[in-house]
Amino acid sequence: MESSSLQRQLANLKKSLFDQGNLDEQFYQLEELQDDASPNFVEEVVTLFFRDSSRLVANIEQAIEKCPRDYGSLDALVHQLKDSASSIGAAKMMKDCTVFREYCEKRNSEGCLRSFQKVKKEHSTLRLKLENYFQLLRQVGPAEKATRSGK
Amino acid sequence: MSSPRGGDKEGGRDGERQIHVLAVDDSSVDRAVIAKLLRSSKYRVTAVDSAKKALELLGTEPNVNMIITDYSMPEMTGYELLKRVKESPTLREIPVVIMSSENDPDKINRCLEEGAEDFLLKPVRPSDVSRLCGRMRS
Repeated sequence: MESSSLQRQLANLKKSLFDQGNLDEQFYQLEELQDDASPNFVEEVVTLFFRDSSRLVANIEQAIEKCPRDYGSLDALVHQLKDSASSIGAAKMMKDCTVFREYCEKRNSEGCLRSFQKVKKEHSTLRLKLENYFQLLRQVGPAEKATRSGK
Repeated sequence: MSSPRGGDKEGGRDGERQIHVLAVDDSSVDRAVIAKLLRSSKYRVTAVDSAKKALELLGTEPNVNMIITDYSMPEMTGYELLKRVKESPTLREIPVVIMSSENDPDKINRCLEEGAEDFLLKPVRPSDVSRLCGRMRS
Protein backbone atom coordinates (compact mmCIF):
# COMPACT_ATOMS: atom_id res chain seq x y z
CA MET A 1 0.00 0.00 0.00
CA GLU A 2 2.77 2.37 1.00
CA SER A 3 4.70 1.45 -2.13
CA SER A 4 1.79 2.29 -4.41
CA SER A 5 1.29 5.58 -2.58
CA LEU A 6 4.95 6.43 -3.21
CA GLN A 7 4.58 5.41 -6.83
CA ARG A 8 1.58 7.70 -7.15
CA GLN A 9 3.51 10.57 -5.58
CA LEU A 10 6.39 9.90 -7.96
CA ALA A 11 4.13 9.79 -11.00
CA ASN A 12 2.34 12.99 -9.94
CA LEU A 13 5.60 14.82 -9.31
CA LYS A 14 6.96 13.78 -12.68
CA LYS A 15 3.75 14.78 -14.41
CA SER A 16 3.81 18.20 -12.77
CA LEU A 17 7.41 18.76 -13.87
CA PHE A 18 6.28 18.36 -17.46
CA ASP A 19 2.84 19.95 -17.18
CA GLN A 20 4.30 23.06 -15.54
CA GLY A 21 6.98 23.32 -18.19
CA ASN A 22 9.98 22.75 -15.95
CA LEU A 23 11.09 19.80 -18.13
CA ASP A 24 10.72 18.76 -21.74
CA GLU A 25 11.24 15.75 -24.00
CA GLN A 26 15.04 15.85 -23.57
CA PHE A 27 14.60 14.51 -20.01
CA TYR A 28 12.89 11.42 -21.47
CA GLN A 29 15.85 11.05 -23.86
CA LEU A 30 18.17 10.89 -20.85
CA GLU A 31 15.94 8.26 -19.24
CA GLU A 32 16.13 6.20 -22.43
CA LEU A 33 19.92 6.16 -22.11
CA GLN A 34 19.78 4.75 -18.57
CA ASP A 35 20.51 1.03 -18.48
CA ASP A 36 22.01 -1.72 -16.31
CA ALA A 37 25.50 -0.40 -17.02
CA SER A 38 24.48 3.09 -15.83
CA PRO A 39 21.47 2.59 -13.53
CA ASN A 40 21.72 6.12 -12.08
CA PHE A 41 22.67 7.91 -15.28
CA VAL A 42 19.89 10.51 -15.16
CA GLU A 43 20.55 11.46 -11.55
CA GLU A 44 24.30 11.66 -12.27
CA VAL A 45 23.75 13.98 -15.23
CA VAL A 46 21.32 16.13 -13.27
CA THR A 47 23.85 16.35 -10.43
CA LEU A 48 26.52 17.47 -12.93
CA PHE A 49 24.07 20.05 -14.27
CA PHE A 50 23.40 21.60 -10.87
CA ARG A 51 27.10 21.62 -10.06
CA ASP A 52 27.88 23.52 -13.26
CA SER A 53 24.79 25.70 -13.26
CA SER A 54 25.32 26.83 -9.66
CA ARG A 55 28.79 28.00 -10.62
CA LEU A 56 27.40 29.76 -13.70
CA VAL A 57 24.65 31.46 -11.70
CA ALA A 58 27.28 32.72 -9.23
CA ASN A 59 29.43 34.00 -12.12
CA ILE A 60 26.41 35.68 -13.70
CA GLU A 61 25.68 37.36 -10.36
CA GLN A 62 29.23 38.74 -10.30
CA ALA A 63 29.05 39.86 -13.91
CA ILE A 64 25.72 41.59 -13.40
CA GLU A 65 27.01 43.50 -10.38
CA LYS A 66 30.18 44.57 -12.13
CA CYS A 67 30.42 48.24 -12.97
CA PRO A 68 30.61 49.01 -15.83
CA ARG A 69 28.68 45.93 -16.90
CA ASP A 70 30.23 43.86 -19.69
CA TYR A 71 27.16 42.69 -21.59
CA GLY A 72 29.25 40.53 -23.91
CA SER A 73 30.68 38.48 -21.05
CA LEU A 74 27.31 38.36 -19.35
CA ASP A 75 25.70 37.05 -22.51
CA ALA A 76 28.39 34.38 -22.90
CA LEU A 77 27.70 33.11 -19.37
CA VAL A 78 23.93 33.03 -19.91
CA HIS A 79 24.54 31.21 -23.19
CA GLN A 80 26.51 28.53 -21.35
CA LEU A 81 23.75 28.18 -18.77
CA LYS A 82 21.12 27.88 -21.47
CA ASP A 83 23.11 25.20 -23.29
CA SER A 84 23.55 23.23 -20.09
CA ALA A 85 19.83 23.52 -19.32
CA SER A 86 18.93 22.24 -22.77
CA SER A 87 21.02 19.12 -22.24
CA ILE A 88 18.83 17.94 -19.38
CA GLY A 89 15.55 19.26 -20.77
CA ALA A 90 15.22 22.15 -18.30
CA ALA A 91 12.74 23.88 -20.59
CA LYS A 92 11.70 26.79 -18.41
CA MET A 93 15.31 27.65 -17.59
CA MET A 94 16.09 27.64 -21.29
CA LYS A 95 13.23 30.03 -22.02
CA ASP A 96 14.23 32.32 -19.17
CA CYS A 97 17.82 32.32 -20.44
CA THR A 98 16.66 33.15 -23.96
CA VAL A 99 14.81 36.22 -22.66
CA PHE A 100 17.82 37.15 -20.54
CA ARG A 101 20.09 37.01 -23.61
CA GLU A 102 17.68 39.26 -25.52
CA TYR A 103 18.03 41.87 -22.79
CA CYS A 104 21.82 41.45 -22.83
CA GLU A 105 21.83 42.12 -26.55
CA LYS A 106 19.80 45.29 -26.04
CA ARG A 107 22.00 46.25 -23.05
CA ASN A 108 18.79 46.65 -21.07
CA SER A 109 19.86 46.80 -17.44
CA GLU A 110 16.42 46.48 -15.84
CA GLY A 111 15.49 43.66 -18.17
CA CYS A 112 18.69 41.79 -17.30
CA LEU A 113 18.10 42.17 -13.58
CA ARG A 114 14.50 40.96 -13.86
CA SER A 115 15.48 38.05 -16.08
CA PHE A 116 18.23 37.01 -13.73
CA GLN A 117 15.80 36.90 -10.81
CA LYS A 118 13.56 34.61 -12.87
CA VAL A 119 16.48 32.37 -13.83
CA LYS A 120 17.60 32.09 -10.19
CA LYS A 121 14.07 31.32 -9.06
CA GLU A 122 13.58 28.59 -11.67
CA HIS A 123 17.02 27.17 -10.87
CA SER A 124 16.06 26.81 -7.19
CA THR A 125 12.59 25.47 -7.97
CA LEU A 126 13.92 22.89 -10.41
CA ARG A 127 16.66 21.79 -8.04
CA LEU A 128 14.14 21.25 -5.24
CA LYS A 129 11.66 19.41 -7.43
CA LEU A 130 14.32 17.14 -8.91
CA GLU A 131 15.84 16.43 -5.50
CA ASN A 132 12.38 15.33 -4.33
CA TYR A 133 11.93 13.33 -7.51
CA PHE A 134 15.15 11.36 -7.14
CA GLN A 135 14.55 10.85 -3.43
CA LEU A 136 11.15 9.33 -4.20
CA LEU A 137 12.67 7.30 -7.00
CA ARG A 138 15.17 5.79 -4.58
CA GLN A 139 12.38 4.95 -2.16
CA VAL A 140 10.20 3.38 -4.82
CA GLY A 141 13.05 1.27 -6.18
CA PRO A 142 14.38 0.08 -9.53
CA ALA A 143 10.98 -1.19 -10.82
CA GLU A 144 9.80 2.37 -11.28
CA LYS A 145 12.88 3.73 -13.03
CA ALA A 146 11.68 2.72 -16.50
CA THR A 147 8.19 4.18 -16.02
CA ARG A 148 7.28 7.13 -18.19
CA SER A 149 4.15 8.92 -17.08
CA GLY A 150 2.55 12.18 -17.95
CA LYS A 151 3.76 12.24 -21.56
CA MET B 1 36.11 9.40 -18.85
CA SER B 2 37.51 6.62 -21.05
CA SER B 3 35.99 3.22 -21.57
CA PRO B 4 37.96 -0.03 -21.57
CA ARG B 5 37.74 -2.13 -24.71
CA GLY B 6 34.65 -4.30 -24.51
CA GLY B 7 34.17 -7.89 -25.63
CA ASP B 8 30.91 -7.68 -27.57
CA LYS B 9 30.63 -7.84 -31.34
CA GLU B 10 27.62 -5.59 -31.98
CA GLY B 11 27.35 -2.08 -33.35
CA GLY B 12 30.65 -0.29 -33.11
CA ARG B 13 33.03 -3.15 -33.54
CA ASP B 14 35.25 -3.52 -36.58
CA GLY B 15 36.37 -7.12 -36.58
CA GLU B 16 38.20 -7.51 -33.29
CA ARG B 17 38.99 -3.80 -32.92
CA GLN B 18 36.36 -1.65 -31.20
CA ILE B 19 35.69 1.66 -32.90
CA HIS B 20 37.17 4.48 -30.85
CA VAL B 21 35.52 7.89 -30.73
CA LEU B 22 37.13 10.94 -29.16
CA ALA B 23 34.49 13.27 -27.70
CA VAL B 24 35.48 16.85 -26.93
CA ASP B 25 33.25 19.20 -24.91
CA ASP B 26 33.97 21.68 -22.13
CA SER B 27 30.53 21.06 -20.58
CA SER B 28 30.60 18.14 -18.14
CA VAL B 29 26.87 17.59 -18.73
CA ASP B 30 27.22 17.40 -22.50
CA ARG B 31 30.33 15.23 -22.19
CA ALA B 32 28.41 12.74 -20.04
CA VAL B 33 25.50 12.66 -22.46
CA ILE B 34 27.49 12.31 -25.68
CA ALA B 35 29.75 9.66 -24.11
CA LYS B 36 26.71 7.67 -23.00
CA LEU B 37 25.08 8.00 -26.41
CA LEU B 38 28.22 6.69 -28.09
CA ARG B 39 28.79 3.89 -25.59
CA SER B 40 25.17 2.80 -26.07
CA SER B 41 26.14 2.22 -29.70
CA LYS B 42 29.02 0.07 -28.42
CA TYR B 43 31.78 2.49 -29.33
CA ARG B 44 34.82 2.88 -27.15
CA VAL B 45 34.81 6.51 -26.00
CA THR B 46 37.44 8.84 -24.66
CA ALA B 47 35.95 12.15 -23.51
CA VAL B 48 38.08 15.24 -22.87
CA ASP B 49 37.14 18.76 -21.85
CA SER B 50 39.26 20.80 -24.26
CA ALA B 51 40.63 20.87 -27.78
CA LYS B 52 44.13 21.13 -26.33
CA LYS B 53 43.68 17.82 -24.48
CA ALA B 54 42.20 16.30 -27.62
CA LEU B 55 45.32 17.20 -29.61
CA GLU B 56 47.56 15.84 -26.85
CA LEU B 57 45.71 12.56 -26.91
CA LEU B 58 45.78 12.37 -30.70
CA GLY B 59 49.54 12.81 -30.52
CA THR B 60 49.92 9.71 -28.37
CA GLU B 61 47.03 7.59 -29.59
CA PRO B 62 46.38 7.92 -33.31
CA ASN B 63 43.90 5.01 -33.36
CA VAL B 64 40.86 7.24 -33.22
CA ASN B 65 38.12 6.46 -35.72
CA MET B 66 36.15 9.68 -35.26
CA ILE B 67 36.33 12.97 -33.38
CA ILE B 68 33.10 14.56 -32.21
CA THR B 69 33.59 18.03 -30.80
CA ASP B 70 31.59 20.94 -29.48
CA TYR B 71 32.00 24.12 -31.49
CA SER B 72 32.04 26.69 -28.70
CA MET B 73 34.84 26.04 -26.26
CA PRO B 74 37.16 28.46 -24.49
CA GLU B 75 40.80 28.84 -25.64
CA MET B 76 40.46 26.66 -28.74
CA THR B 77 37.11 26.20 -30.46
CA GLY B 78 35.90 23.03 -32.16
CA TYR B 79 36.38 24.81 -35.48
CA GLU B 80 40.03 25.49 -34.67
CA LEU B 81 40.45 21.87 -33.62
CA LEU B 82 38.92 20.79 -36.94
CA LYS B 83 41.41 22.94 -38.84
CA ARG B 84 44.37 21.58 -36.88
CA VAL B 85 43.26 17.99 -37.54
CA LYS B 86 42.74 18.60 -41.26
CA GLU B 87 46.12 20.33 -41.56
CA SER B 88 47.92 17.36 -40.00
CA PRO B 89 49.25 14.65 -42.36
CA THR B 90 48.78 12.01 -39.66
CA LEU B 91 45.35 13.10 -38.49
CA ARG B 92 43.61 14.51 -41.55
CA GLU B 93 41.86 11.21 -42.42
CA ILE B 94 39.99 11.16 -39.10
CA PRO B 95 36.40 12.30 -39.65
CA VAL B 96 35.46 15.26 -37.45
CA VAL B 97 31.87 15.97 -36.43
CA ILE B 98 30.96 19.33 -34.95
CA MET B 99 28.19 19.83 -32.35
CA SER B 100 26.56 23.14 -31.54
CA SER B 101 23.45 24.48 -29.86
CA GLU B 102 23.23 27.24 -32.47
CA ASN B 103 21.66 26.64 -35.86
CA ASP B 104 23.87 29.16 -37.62
CA PRO B 105 24.13 28.51 -41.40
CA ASP B 106 27.38 30.50 -41.70
CA LYS B 107 28.95 28.47 -38.92
CA ILE B 108 27.72 25.20 -40.40
CA ASN B 109 29.02 26.05 -43.89
CA ARG B 110 32.36 27.17 -42.53
CA CYS B 111 32.81 23.84 -40.75
CA LEU B 112 31.73 21.77 -43.73
CA GLU B 113 34.04 23.74 -46.03
CA GLU B 114 36.90 23.09 -43.65
CA GLY B 115 36.24 19.35 -43.98
CA ALA B 116 33.84 18.51 -41.15
CA GLU B 117 32.07 15.23 -41.70
CA ASP B 118 28.80 16.44 -40.22
CA PHE B 119 27.30 19.14 -38.03
CA LEU B 120 24.95 18.11 -35.23
CA LEU B 121 22.59 20.39 -33.33
CA LYS B 122 22.49 19.96 -29.59
CA PRO B 123 20.96 18.26 -27.74
CA VAL B 124 22.35 15.31 -29.71
CA ARG B 125 19.94 12.40 -30.16
CA PRO B 126 20.50 8.66 -30.66
CA SER B 127 19.36 9.07 -34.29
CA ASP B 128 22.22 11.56 -34.82
CA VAL B 129 24.72 9.00 -33.55
CA SER B 130 23.17 6.26 -35.71
CA ARG B 131 23.74 8.25 -38.85
CA LEU B 132 27.44 8.57 -38.06
CA CYS B 133 27.86 4.80 -37.97
CA GLY B 134 29.00 4.34 -41.56
CA ARG B 135 31.39 7.31 -41.52
CA MET B 136 33.93 6.21 -38.99
CA ARG B 137 37.50 5.89 -40.22
CA SER B 138 38.28 2.21 -40.78
